[in-house]
Amino acid sequence: MSPLSSPHLHAPLDTPRLMRLVVAATLPGLVGLLWNFGWGPLINVLLASVFALGWEATALWIRRRPVSFTLADSSALVTGVLLGLALPPLAPWWLVAVGTFFAIVVAKQLYGGLGYNPFNPAMVGYVVLLISFPVEMTTWFTPRELLPEGVALPGLGESLSRVFLPGAQVSPADAFTGATPLDLFKHQTGLLVEQIYAAYPLFARAELAGYGWEWVNLGFLIGGAFLLAQRVYTWHAPVGMLLGIALPAALFYDGGSSESGGSPLFHLFSGATMLGAFFIVTDPVTAAASRRGRLFQGLLAGVLVYLIRTFGNYPDAVAFAVLLTNFAAPLLDHYTLPRTYGHRRARRGTEKIDG
Amino acid sequence: MKIHELPGGVHPPEEKARSLGDPIGRLPLPERLVLPLAQHLGAPARPTVAKGERVLGGQRIAEAQGAISAHLHAPTSGRVVGVEERPIPHPSGLPAPCLVLEVDGRDEWRDPEPLADPWGASPERLLSQVRAAGIVGLGGAGFPTAVKLAPRRPIHTLILNGTECEPYITCDDALMRERAAQVIAGGRLMARILGGPKILVGIEDNKPAAFEAMAQAAAPYGIEVVEFPTKYPSGGERQLIQILTGLEVPSGGLPADLGIVVQNVGTAHAVYRAVVEGLPLTHRIVTVTGGACRINRNYELPVGMAVAEVLAHNQFAPEACTRLVMGGPMMGFALPDPTVPVVKTTNCLLALSAAEAPAQPPPERPCIRCGLCAEACPASLLPQQLFWYGLAKDWDRLRAHNLFDCIECGACAYVCPSQLPLVQVYRAAKGEIRELERERRKAERARRRFEAHKARLAREEAARAARRATRRQAADAGEGGDAPSVAQLIAAARSEARGADPAAERARRQRAVAAAEERLRLAAERLAAAEREGLGDSQRAALEARRAEAEAKLAAARRALAELEAEAAGARAMDKIAASPRERLQGALRRLEDKLAALEGRIAAAAPEERPELESARTKLREKIAEVRSELAGLGPEGDRRPEDPAALDAAARAIARARERAAARAALSPVERARADVASLAERVERARQKLERARAEGAEQAAALTEALERLEEKLARARAELAALEGDETRP
Ligand code: SF4
Ligand code: SF4
Repeated sequence: MSPLSSPHLHAPLDTPRLMRLVVAATLPGLVGLLWNFGWGPLINVLLASVFALGWEATALWIRRRPVSFTLADSSALVTGVLLGLALPPLAPWWLVAVGTFFAIVVAKQLYGGLGYNPFNPAMVGYVVLLISFPVEMTTWFTPRELLPEGVALPGLGESLSRVFLPGAQVSPADAFTGATPLDLFKHQTGLLVEQIYAAYPLFARAELAGYGWEWVNLGFLIGGAFLLAQRVYTWHAPVGMLLGIALPAALFYDGGSSESGGSPLFHLFSGATMLGAFFIVTDPVTAAASRRGRLFQGLLAGVLVYLIRTFGNYPDAVAFAVLLTNFAAPLLDHYTLPRTYGHRRARRGTEKIDG
Repeated sequence: MKIHELPGGVHPPEEKARSLGDPIGRLPLPERLVLPLAQHLGAPARPTVAKGERVLGGQRIAEAQGAISAHLHAPTSGRVVGVEERPIPHPSGLPAPCLVLEVDGRDEWRDPEPLADPWGASPERLLSQVRAAGIVGLGGAGFPTAVKLAPRRPIHTLILNGTECEPYITCDDALMRERAAQVIAGGRLMARILGGPKILVGIEDNKPAAFEAMAQAAAPYGIEVVEFPTKYPSGGERQLIQILTGLEVPSGGLPADLGIVVQNVGTAHAVYRAVVEGLPLTHRIVTVTGGACRINRNYELPVGMAVAEVLAHNQFAPEACTRLVMGGPMMGFALPDPTVPVVKTTNCLLALSAAEAPAQPPPERPCIRCGLCAEACPASLLPQQLFWYGLAKDWDRLRAHNLFDCIECGACAYVCPSQLPLVQVYRAAKGEIRELERERRKAERARRRFEAHKARLAREEAARAARRATRRQAADAGEGGDAPSVAQLIAAARSEARGADPAAERARRQRAVAAAEERLRLAAERLAAAEREGLGDSQRAALEARRAEAEAKLAAARRALAELEAEAAGARAMDKIAASPRERLQGALRRLEDKLAALEGRIAAAAPEERPELESARTKLREKIAEVRSELAGLGPEGDRRPEDPAALDAAARAIARARERAAARAALSPVERARADVASLAERVERARQKLERARAEGAEQAAALTEALERLEEKLARARAELAALEGDETRP
């Protein structure tokens, strides 16, 4: 093979740049988190990034792979940032360390590194933590504006000590902690949607879904739009996921009765919906290959999110839904080959020719 | 007119303005031109000039060989230095035979031979003018234009491709700006050859000046010039058809299957020159560009000029050049050696600088399955899957993922953020699959040969057994009545042996004839020498006697051969007429299958551009075989009945007698006489085929295409026979 093969030109977008674009696109969402929940999310993100890069470097060194060249692809950074964004504020440092270890070392490097992992690393880390440390993983804060009189979010110094000092860890006993909109909604049985919305400031003061959370989601939506505009990915997976959530939500809204699963808007702008739709489901490595496949995968993830949120035991479900659809990716690939130019219909990936 | 969107595609920086500042220029003649004999797809041309011969510009110096080939003409006057192996512009970098021409600088030309009345000339006349001019597709692949202009199906649309979607290249743009009228005229001439289809011209919207000029030139003739959004690779033949018509060329098929022919605008211009100005294709417009050349512009260059020399006129900075590419940056290939010549298909010389392309491909990263490649692919393939299966050498999966529909446009590799060498892997995989296919065919042929061999051994064994039985019978008979003589027994055995393998027997007798001919020639020579030296009468008489003896032996050998051929011809005729329907069909099936095997071999060995045509032929052949098979399967018991009615048998007998006579007469002829007879009979058959074709055309019958093909084959045969005859006659007249 000649080393100088056509094409001789290359588009400016390479993998490291692509990864850094993804990191940059999380900024609006991160700002939303910071505004509502104080220093916690930022410390999470920085800590998770450092740990992720550290674990990646260690694993590469053990596997005798080029360390700095591979680190420069920034994929570990993306995993760290995404996991950091998903953790509740001021998660203790060891929680971050364990989560990133499972994300980077177990879910990614053990499978062969970037490109070979079948499951989304950040979500593997998240799910391991959620199952092992349910209390730590579900202790969220009350958005800044809704805090009761005389209660404030921890400042920078206190935040750091709560992350790093043993025994200072955030607990549900802290006054600034509080339920998320999804939690709240789920545990109000027997009330009409209208009544729930009237009863809690978290909903009463909100425009779209839950107060504060809707802005975080909006932030991730803006970041996602930026990535779409940069052609980092196509609309298929995100739109599929949003539809997959919104359609069943519309179907089971039930006019806002006490049996209602919540409105489509509520689901779209609560929890990790937008983060999931624009940053998680879109992870190319673990997704189906074709556009049609990605649309299906998004839809599937969306429907699963809705089902788990409404009928499952966990308040949010993006991580589970994404991991479950990762399983489906190879199958989707087999059944969604695009129709090639000059062919009457698409072939199946399993088809063989002439034996 | 509706423009259909090309799926996928990319938008690399165009870089076209840099070479469009000046009009098309010319360069001083070089001292030497190196003209590869294969500047086209198909068989290389055969030199028709001798070493040391002086040639004029426009003179034919090599002629097409075979059905797909093209003539070659001298681009200026000079002396032929010889035919040498030289590096040619080909990705393999391997040398190939080239005619080397020492330019004398006088640039004297043979008188041009334009058609007197181009617009009144018959399509056949126009086509032969195109063929004579050695025109090949100037857009890239170099398929002989005369072949493309004689498709087997009726054509309703001729598309002139002025897309030029590759970055940097502007030779078509410049041509259309400066010579739009000639391009349009060339297009109209091609349309005449094709039976008057409608003409569409497709141009990307980044060439407004060319579009204006073309639209103006086309307006009086109702030719539609279509502008569509710039996007790479909309200039691919298949992609352009999709954009302009919304149709897709079937996989493995040809545009002609849709009734469409696509020709590059440069080719149209060459056709105009050939027909109206009487000039063969000896020059072409080449874009010389890239960051490592200070001067970027278009030139009309003689074919055969060294790339290095062209670059030298453009303030080329070799140290700044990271890649020297022939063709565009997306599909062109890096030249391993700048001494290679410009050829008929060279549209661009691109000297890229470090800022444009790195000298070494960047280190690749793992595929992140981002799918950008699939979005860029104009053929809607899944490049990343192809890449993985390519690395894994999973040939079946590669084919299930339609590897062979990849046009190697490079759009996928252009966008791949991990900079994977996608196209390189596809090319290698295609090559390996073709190679495997070739080997499979070879094995298949070997198997057949082996089986034939086994069958022959069995036949011989049977013959031996029969002989033993005869002998036993004879011995038994000897006890009672007259025993057959030993001579009779031997003769019987001989004829059985002969029956066992007629081909070997025929070869044996042919060898006997050849040996007798040689002996006669020797005897005649000796006699002539003796006469020159004035030998005595007695010696002369002895020599003469010897010659007479040789003559007699030759006559006997010829007779023996004639007998055998008559027998074989009789048997063949008998088979044909007296065979049962089943036997006839089985014979036909065998012949078709042989044909298919041969075709498969050719497909495996064919260049990608030739394959579609061969493959469609294969499809047809397969259909035919299936037909014959189903007919065979449908035969009832009456299928085994041989014709018994006396008329048919009578006719059979007569035909056998005729065939015997003909074969005997033929075998008794001398080689020259035989060649003459062949030529005469072939000429007659060509004439008959032509008449049949004309009738079929007039009636618009469907078989016209098949008949055309048959006629072409006959004509080829006739030409070969003529050449043979000429050679034999030459031998004879030589003292
Ligand atoms: S563009 Fe490259 S990295 Fe992305 S999926 Fe295709 S081959 Fe893989
Ligand atoms: S090179 Fe082949 S696979 Fe790649 S974009 Fe072009 S047609 Fe598609």
